Amino acid sequence: MSSNLQLIIKREFIARVRNRTFIVMTFLSPLIVVGMIALITWLTTLNNDEVKKIAFVDETTLFVTNLIDTDEVTFIDYSNVGLKTAKDSVISKKLYGLLYIPKKSTNKELSESIQFYAEESPNLSILNRIERVIANKLTKQNYIAEGLDLETIENSKAKINIQIENFSGEKTSKMSNYVKMAFGGLAGYLLMMFIIIYGNMVMRSVIEEKTNRIIEIIISSVKPMQLMMGKILGTSFAGILQFLIWVLLGGILLTIATSLFGIDPQSTGVDTSLALQENNQQEIQLLIQDVVKLPLATLVLSFFVYFIGGYFLYSSIYAAIGAAVDSETDSQQFMLPIILPLMLGIYVGFFAVIENPHGTVSTVFSMIPLTSPIVMLMRIPFGVPWWEILISILLLTGSIIFMVWLAGKIYRIGILMYGKKPSYKELFKWLKY
Amino acid sequence: MTNLLEVQRATKRFGDFIALNNVSINVPKGSIFGLLGPNGAGKTTLIRIINQITLPDTGNVFLDGEPLQSHHIKDIGYLPEERGLYKSMKVGEQALYLAQLKGLSKNEAKERLKYWFDKFDISHWWDKKIQELSKGMAQKVQFIVTVLHRPKLLIFDEPFSGFDPINANVIKDEILQLQDEGATVIFSTHRMESVEELCDHIALINKSNKILEGKVSDIKKEYKSNTFEVGLISENMDELYKSIQAKFKTEPAYFKSIEDQLKLKISLEKDTLSNDLLGYLSGKAQIVRFNEVIPSVNEIFIKTITENE
Repeated sequence: MSSNLQLIIKREFIARVRNRTFIVMTFLSPLIVVGMIALITWLTTLNNDEVKKIAFVDETTLFVTNLIDTDEVTFIDYSNVGLKTAKDSVISKKLYGLLYIPKKSTNKELSESIQFYAEESPNLSILNRIERVIANKLTKQNYIAEGLDLETIENSKAKINIQIENFSGEKTSKMSNYVKMAFGGLAGYLLMMFIIIYGNMVMRSVIEEKTNRIIEIIISSVKPMQLMMGKILGTSFAGILQFLIWVLLGGILLTIATSLFGIDPQSTGVDTSLALQENNQQEIQLLIQDVVKLPLATLVLSFFVYFIGGYFLYSSIYAAIGAAVDSETDSQQFMLPIILPLMLGIYVGFFAVIENPHGTVSTVFSMIPLTSPIVMLMRIPFGVPWWEILISILLLTGSIIFMVWLAGKIYRIGILMYGKKPSYKELFKWLKY
Repeated sequence: MTNLLEVQRATKRFGDFIALNNVSINVPKGSIFGLLGPNGAGKTTLIRIINQITLPDTGNVFLDGEPLQSHHIKDIGYLPEERGLYKSMKVGEQALYLAQLKGLSKNEAKERLKYWFDKFDISHWWDKKIQELSKGMAQKVQFIVTVLHRPKLLIFDEPFSGFDPINANVIKDEILQLQDEGATVIFSTHRMESVEELCDHIALINKSNKILEGKVSDIKKEYKSNTFEVGLISENMDELYKSIQAKFKTEPAYFKSIEDQLKLKISLEKDTLSNDLLGYLSGKAQIVRFNEVIPSVNEIFIKTITENE
């Protein structure tokens, strides 16, 4: 009768794939995602293109040479016209702001009386830069006033960049933790979305057969367990197909967007932009090395194992719920056992794992079957001993078998129950039928 | 006559509720077997046990002398009372799918479907979706799917619901033809006139217990009460009536006639023969009607159920 299982899988797969929503989602989502990325990137560049004009009145005439124009800021010297006129023209010309450096007798007094006038609260990074410029200049003046040799000071400055290295002697960059978080977080989040979307599909498919009243015709030909497994498998194949199309389309669209708008997708990533700010070539190189050195094989392999495992565990619960209820609205009361562990997994992942990937909380939750797929996926980039993964996978496999068996019992009874709104108590009774 | 299906002392509980209590039935090969009972009596549970959808807690089921096994699925065709089809799937596709689930190869299924679709003149429905068809149309497709794999045992649960009289007749003729070709039919319904018309054996289930089973003719013999319906003509009707009433247990009878008659139902004692009554009456009046009252299945149904209350 295994050919029956094949027939069911095929039918479920075709039914999912032919569904209009599925087709629309498959081809529209990558467009939407890429469109959003392009839009956001475009808006950011638009924002950055706007050069801010800042007027300054420097009564000390000390800083004129230091206030240098950048990509973001142009400085205009209003020192000759005095503060009052400068203020008026800043307002009338709608400049970004006015920097006022008054003449004071001491540098200490001066450092406390510099002011910035602006209509709106000014951009902090610009202020920081101006502060830094002025502070540098004043510090140097102070050094000279104290009779120190600038060159000696410059030469005696020590630059520190702590090199991180693990015990087996591999160098890593400080960015590596971000990379690991990004990989783990993305995998965990994807898994959660996959479970919710495709689990729901399994549930809807079960409910559909109940409301169509075709169920009794079918289970007079096949075993309920076969039907349930066929549904879960057929739907998962549809999911994998959708996933592949997304990856493919996303790649193509991203390439097109890159060449069209001249957006460098590399610069949109948090990690690389942070790294660029550091402006340290060596760091970037280490970073790339880090990505390559991530336990990629383990990562990919465990990604598949936990993806499939998590999906099976949850979709069998979804199938049982679908069998127990008559309509999708009735299913709400049973959603808690699904949503709660999923949310828990994500929260534990984003808080406990990132804080301390090998702490007690992270380790325990990467063992508990309902949360382990998400939490363990997030832990793996940080390096998890193989035996921990093994225990976690064994526990997961065991609970999948148990859950499929349990769901099968509820399913078997539930699909033939019409017009009843069962409670948890009722479901528990079904297990004994 | 051997039995195609034997259910032996099947019991099924759902929690505290006993759905089927020690029920045995024997369905002879080639018969049309009426499974009767009020709503909720346990008929559907029994049918589901025969279809291996539910397992009995205790008891055995034998098909063709063998204990029921999973390979028997293809020997049974089941048209459930709660029946439907996939709404968004094409008629031909799902007929093929359901036929293949019963073990037919794709080509075989296609060939047989073509035969049936031509027979019912519905070939143009092949590419339609079920949601475009009426309920009666969908029922025809379901009927075809039920009989397509030529099962030994056909189980129809309320097969005529949703059909107009013409199509119900078409289906009835098909069922009779399938019986002719050697199929055994279990027929569960509330429509007693179709039981009367089709069934040669019946079993009556009430409140999870079987209370009656056997050949329809035997049951009727058992249930007849030695009652005769008579139509009499005489000079003096009143006197005739009084003298009959004094000698026999009578009831007024109702039937159509063209003449003015005394219409009576006369019940005889168990050992009294119809000839005794006939002899008595012939001396008193002109007999224009004389026939034995044979209970209908409907009457037997109501009588046994109310007696069992």
